Amino acid sequence: MSNTDFVLAVEDLTVSFDGFKAIDNLNLYVDRGELRVIIGPNGAGKTTLLDLICGKTKASAGSIKFKNQEMTRLPEHMIVRAGIGRKFQTPSIYENLTVFKNLEVSYPRGRGVFGALCFKCDDAVQAKVDEVAGMIGLADCLDLEAGLLSHGQKQWLEIGMLLMQDPELLMLDEPIAGMSARERELTADLLNRICQNRSVIVIEHDMDFVARIAHKVTVMHQGKILAEGSMDKIRSDPRVIDVYLGH
Amino acid sequence: MDAIKSWLGRSGLASVAILAVLLLVVFPLAMDSFRLNLVGKYLTYGFVAIGLVMLWGYGGVLSLGQGVFFGLGGYAMAMFLKLEASDPVSTKIQSTPGIPDFMDWNQLTALPWWWEPFNSFAFTLFAVVAVPVLLAFIVSYAMFKRRVGGVYFAIITQAVALILTVLIIGQQGYTGGVNGITDLKTLMGWDIRTDEAKTLLYFLTAALLLGAILLCRWIQLSKLGTLLLAMRDKEDRVRFSGYDVSMFKVFAFCLAAALSAIGGAMFTLQVGFMSPSFVGIVPSIEMVIFAAVGGRMSLVGAVYGALLVNFGKTYFSETFPDLWLFLMAGLFIGVVMAFPNGLAGLYESHVKPWLARRKQAPAPAGTGGEPPAPTTEPAHKPATVATATTAASATSPSLGTKISSQSV
Repeated sequence: MSNTDFVLAVEDLTVSFDGFKAIDNLNLYVDRGELRVIIGPNGAGKTTLLDLICGKTKASAGSIKFKNQEMTRLPEHMIVRAGIGRKFQTPSIYENLTVFKNLEVSYPRGRGVFGALCFKCDDAVQAKVDEVAGMIGLADCLDLEAGLLSHGQKQWLEIGMLLMQDPELLMLDEPIAGMSARERELTADLLNRICQNRSVIVIEHDMDFVARIAHKVTVMHQGKILAEGSMDKIRSDPRVIDVYLGH
Repeated sequence: MDAIKSWLGRSGLASVAILAVLLLVVFPLAMDSFRLNLVGKYLTYGFVAIGLVMLWGYGGVLSLGQGVFFGLGGYAMAMFLKLEASDPVSTKIQSTPGIPDFMDWNQLTALPWWWEPFNSFAFTLFAVVAVPVLLAFIVSYAMFKRRVGGVYFAIITQAVALILTVLIIGQQGYTGGVNGITDLKTLMGWDIRTDEAKTLLYFLTAALLLGAILLCRWIQLSKLGTLLLAMRDKEDRVRFSGYDVSMFKVFAFCLAAALSAIGGAMFTLQVGFMSPSFVGIVPSIEMVIFAAVGGRMSLVGAVYGALLVNFGKTYFSETFPDLWLFLMAGLFIGVVMAFPNGLAGLYESHVKPWLARRKQAPAPAGTGGEPPAPTTEPAHKPATVATATTAASATSPSLGTKISSQSV
């Protein structure tokens, strides 16, 4: 496992659940500033792959290097602190707190017990909250309880919570699920903007949306990588058509 | 005056101020020394209850073993008082004078080494908090690092309560066994059995409790309080925002343990003994009921819960001794089924809106049906201003009120 220029280098990654290999000897490299979309049929192991990278699931074998630093042994919160942010499939926000509090809590300072006790919402935090709220289009809803947001707004809020941490690698699991056409458009714009100084991995099914955002597409099938390349190349790949795009 | 009023409202401290007046002025004036001492005893359970508000209400971690920490704090204090009561002169009829009487009855001939430090009052004060916190840290660190939570954690805290009870009862020579540590007389030469001492201890308990409420309120308003709420809601999101969730739970558990222990120590001082009957499973569950009845999201509510349930317990157990446990169980089931947020929740959902309606009702009536014309009719001016301010306070749910409305 040599050092690389890639922001994320996944090599020979395997995870098995009771003998079933959900991820089987997988290799994946993501460049700096790249927006990678992972597609594939249900059960291909897409979400499992993100779980492995962010530490939610522990790998059976193989390595995950983030900026040449091994991640497989680190606890989840250390992986986050290294600079990997993860958005879950269903919007995972703090429904009882206001939008402002949701963002403020995600600010990467005062992360220890006593740090959190002494944490003060100073100008830097306020400015960051305002900046991110503007990006995700929730600047007018800061005092609103997050549970009252629409589904699409909740998805944006969770992306905003990740942006508060300025992660170098952002992983989004089906960010447009349940969104209206207009919201999808806005989300595509948002993703195109936020990948300018970071790498982003997106799992998505909507091929039009994928075409709008993807720099490069990886197709997964049965825990392995079936194909990888530009959108056009993927669309014309007979194997991809066979297992996924098909018929 | 208005500035103070708005500050109290914003930080949610108005209810604390009301409680302070009740505890420090109304009760001492209205009650005789015996009743006041009884309230003082109930207030020691208030410490446990506010600890549970932080741990259970805010942190979402139910502990059914708070009696362990209450007991450890109480025992630490009792050990000091017992040693002071066991000076060689007053114990000269024992076969080994100078050691606590129960040790002598159990054929011990020397003070065990771990009793020695409790000759020092400073060490005792330290141990009252440190021993329970250490145990709480070990138990919770081991559990939360392994992601044991919810019902499993509650069961383990029950097991700890049971183990400690069995240990205390079994090691009679070292702990006083099932009778506990009794016959406590003086604290640094000050007789704690007099009415005067009991009144003073009542005020000390009340002041400490109010201080503890303020401390917890401060924690609730800090980022840590927000994180506890966030963890209860979406634990994974907190974890994947770079926080070590287990350490925050450990902190909440240790905080609840420390508060319980202070309550236990004050209990020993006021009641004059400590026994395993305050440590085991049943008292631990009763402690959860105090918090549940009062409202597990409300610090002040939890104190009222502790007071009410204990008043009820004293009253009913005197009047219908056989029925008390059934009443207690019925109360708990009733609270959980009918009003899960306790008395404080009832206040928030029923009394507060009713008060707000009453307050708002006269204002529009004053302006009448037609729109006011303040330039031509100066007499109407105050009424319009009043409507404007009530409307403003009603329509702007600022962050402060949002948080305070679900707590204190």
